[in-house]
Amino acid sequence: MKDMDADGYTTADGRRIGSVVMEMKNITLRFGGVVAIKDISFDIREGEIRAIIGPNGAGKSSMLNVISGFYNPQEGEVWYKGQKRPPMKPYQVARQGIARTFQNIALFDGMSVLDNIMTGRIRQMNAGLLAQAIWKGKAEAEETENREAVEKIIDFLEIQHIRKTPVGRLPYGLKKRVELARALAAEPSILLLDEPMAGMNVEEKEDMSRFILDVNDEFGTTIALIEHDMGVVMDLSDRVVVMDYGKKIGDGTPDEVRSNQAVIDAYLGVAHD
Amino acid sequence: MFYREAGDFKTSYQEDSQTFPIKFDRYRYYAVLIAAFAVVPFLINDYWVNAVFLPFLIYSIAAIGLNILVGYCGQVSLGTGGFMAVGAYACYKLMTGFPEVSILIHVILAGGITAAVCVLFGLPSLRIKGFYLAVATLAAQFFLVWLFNRVSWFYNYSASGQITAPETQVLGHAVTGPETAPWAAYLFCLVFTVACALLARNLTRGMAGRKWMAIRDMDIAAEIIGVNPLKAKLSAFAISGFFVGISGALFFAVYLGAVEVGEAFGINKSFLVLFMVIIGGLGSIFGSFAGAAFLVLLPVLLKNVLVGGLGWPTDLAAHLEFIIVGGLIIVFLIAEPHGLAQLWRVAKEKLRLWPFPH
Repeated sequence: MKDMDADGYTTADGRRIGSVVMEMKNITLRFGGVVAIKDISFDIREGEIRAIIGPNGAGKSSMLNVISGFYNPQEGEVWYKGQKRPPMKPYQVARQGIARTFQNIALFDGMSVLDNIMTGRIRQMNAGLLAQAIWKGKAEAEETENREAVEKIIDFLEIQHIRKTPVGRLPYGLKKRVELARALAAEPSILLLDEPMAGMNVEEKEDMSRFILDVNDEFGTTIALIEHDMGVVMDLSDRVVVMDYGKKIGDGTPDEVRSNQAVIDAYLGVAHD
Repeated sequence: MFYREAGDFKTSYQEDSQTFPIKFDRYRYYAVLIAAFAVVPFLINDYWVNAVFLPFLIYSIAAIGLNILVGYCGQVSLGTGGFMAVGAYACYKLMTGFPEVSILIHVILAGGITAAVCVLFGLPSLRIKGFYLAVATLAAQFFLVWLFNRVSWFYNYSASGQITAPETQVLGHAVTGPETAPWAAYLFCLVFTVACALLARNLTRGMAGRKWMAIRDMDIAAEIIGVNPLKAKLSAFAISGFFVGISGALFFAVYLGAVEVGEAFGINKSFLVLFMVIIGGLGSIFGSFAGAAFLVLLPVLLKNVLVGGLGWPTDLAAHLEFIIVGGLIIVFLIAEPHGLAQLWRVAKEKLRLWPFPH
């Protein structure tokens, strides 16, 4: 990481990363007596791929849930685009431009792939019920406009052939891709990916990695992801946060994290020979 | 001229998202519409209208309404009878209060009033789901029937406690009251049924429908991607109530003419409409029609076959009818739990490949 300052930094592969979009300040999240997250601070910068890693139960998913508004932390502040975010409902957070995928796929099984992805365009579509009922004017125009945007994403993720298929019939790997498409359809400023490669074979992982890099590259989307496959994390991400038992034990570039003794002890381990 | 997509190219997204994307389907739909509007009115008599067409058309509207709530939005409701009663009594009060206003407007306003009542009883859905919500709507059913029985203002203090539709006219022809010609009543209901089906179809293929289905399939994920659950659920209750209210108003004003609330809009009605939706197919407009047709036509058909065809005594036939219809429902739900609409869908998929299925 070179010339890290308030305006950003340049990554090892020469991409320019911008200023801070989201900052977590001293977040503490408790469930009764259990402290899921303890006093964690980190930031996410515009255009970067930020990974959150750590052993099972470290609080990674809870952290993502705090970002997406599903949990409201007892202490600490979330700053988004230079403003402190008040406690919000998840749908309000989504409308601010934060989209996410889930560890266990959360697609709408009864709907077609196209409808699933169109649902992601909720932020861009706001014709009234009456207009929709008559299907004229704004409602029809909006439907066509957004369909065009969705078709671009469908092209991008190479899922044209399953456009009209009900999601329930798709295999696992494709479902993951459709879920990514739905999140992308929102044109988010921050895209949260909760274990995008979980349960995939090597080939599917390679595809997914390529899509994540392409998304970042072509749309300039800021991505925060949780992943257990260290090879993938170290290859994809620009900066990594490491969590253990709800605490942050490391933060930095993949190289920095890899050589951090606390991280090695808690999570990475050493090769025995 | 067969049912298939080959050669039927779409060059715009509007064409692709239309209600009947396949040409054959579209022409069939136009043909049915033309027949319903231009041919049927000249052929039907009093028996056909009252035994078959009116109940079918009116229950179709109710089934569409309930299907939006249960099939599309996943909120179970057992209050349909009560909400139909709201439509009926609203229409009655409007007809007697403002006799100079057209019945068309009364029926639509009755739908609007029912929508508001439905939203009120839909409020618990924000906290409770599934069976528990069903019980909460059951309370609406009993409360509303009790209300219309006890508060005499609703039936204009009439001694019998019944409400009776006064005669009204549309374009110089009576559509309610004893002077109504069968074809006029039929056309009046047909207009509402077609309009409701079109509106429902448009709503369900657009963003509103997607929000409802998102809530139905996975409410947490829906909220995370930006669906406001409060708005989505209550809008489903409102739209559903609107259609159910219209059907209640027509049921009272055009079909029955005079109504006693406990008898016409009791819990049986709620179950009947729910069965129509389940048998027809949850989450399908066509299924609403199919379900209504099944439960309205089957008893008529059975009666005609048993009494008219085989000459059995009427009471025996009436009991056998219950047994047969009940049995058929069970067989049917085991064979095809997704309803008639699913059968139709499968048939269409087969037809698309026929005669070369490989």
